[in-house]
Amino acid sequence: MSDTLRGVVVCHGELAGALVDAVERITGLRGLLVPVSNADCDRGGLEERISAAIGGQPAVVFVDMPSGSCLIAALHRLRDQNGIRIVTGVNLAMLVDFVFHPGGVPAEAADRAVSAGERAIRIP
Amino acid sequence: MPIQLYRIDDRLIHGQVVLGWGRSLGARFIVLVDEEVAASGWEQDLYRMALPPEIEPYFVGVVEARSRLAAWAADPRPGILLTGRVETMAALLAGNGGPMPSVNLGGIHHRPGRIERLPYIYLTDDELRALKALRAGGVDVTAQDVPTTAPVALDTLG
Repeated sequence: MSDTLRGVVVCHGELAGALVDAVERITGLRGLLVPVSNADCDRGGLEERISAAIGGQPAVVFVDMPSGSCLIAALHRLRDQNGIRIVTGVNLAMLVDFVFHPGGVPAEAADRAVSAGERAIRIP
Repeated sequence: MPIQLYRIDDRLIHGQVVLGWGRSLGARFIVLVDEEVAASGWEQDLYRMALPPEIEPYFVGVVEARSRLAAWAADPRPGILLTGRVETMAALLAGNGGPMPSVNLGGIHHRPGRIERLPYIYLTDDELRALKALRAGGVDVTAQDVPTTAPVALDTLG
């Protein structure tokens, strides 16, 4: 297993690209996250994009909504694959935390990402 | 109350359907006519996740859908009927004895052999012919992804 987990960000429209761009601008770390858009494709096409982004490596797949076409495509394609975890409700804080902690196994990385994302939701 | 929306959308139950049309129409049930999903309990669970509790799903194939169309049309709740494919909608409505509905083209995306007609509608020539045959049978066919956009007439698609 590779020491570095791949992060794949799957979102509606152009959101994934914008999130990945923002993470790279904040951290200076590039190439750890791969954006996938659901634009202009059916579910089968989106599944192919997700598979290509994962590239057969252990990965955490970050999805924007806890339902909908992005999550359904990810679950449909990945449900029987080992070494993959899916996290819904992606936000910038969890992605920044993820790229600063790129090692470990997908299950632990997914738990960590959820914690980081939840901590970022507050009323200051 | 007749089914409020007959829609062809290859993403099936997703945000535009549930949040866009579902809220706009006050939908309380969605009929998904798809042979693969009708035969797969875990796929049905996936699509249930996309629904709020007030919307009841029905997962059926074409044969069962045809047998239940009249009952759904008599249901007092507003409803949406979805297919992922042009040919499924055509098969469903072929020989329909009741009033012919309008059909909404909501999302048919790129595949080899399809031509872009709108940014969210790609059709093969056979699919376009099937839609024109539906229209010749009394079905009004328009493209419209979400309720806030204007419907686009079938004739402008090719």
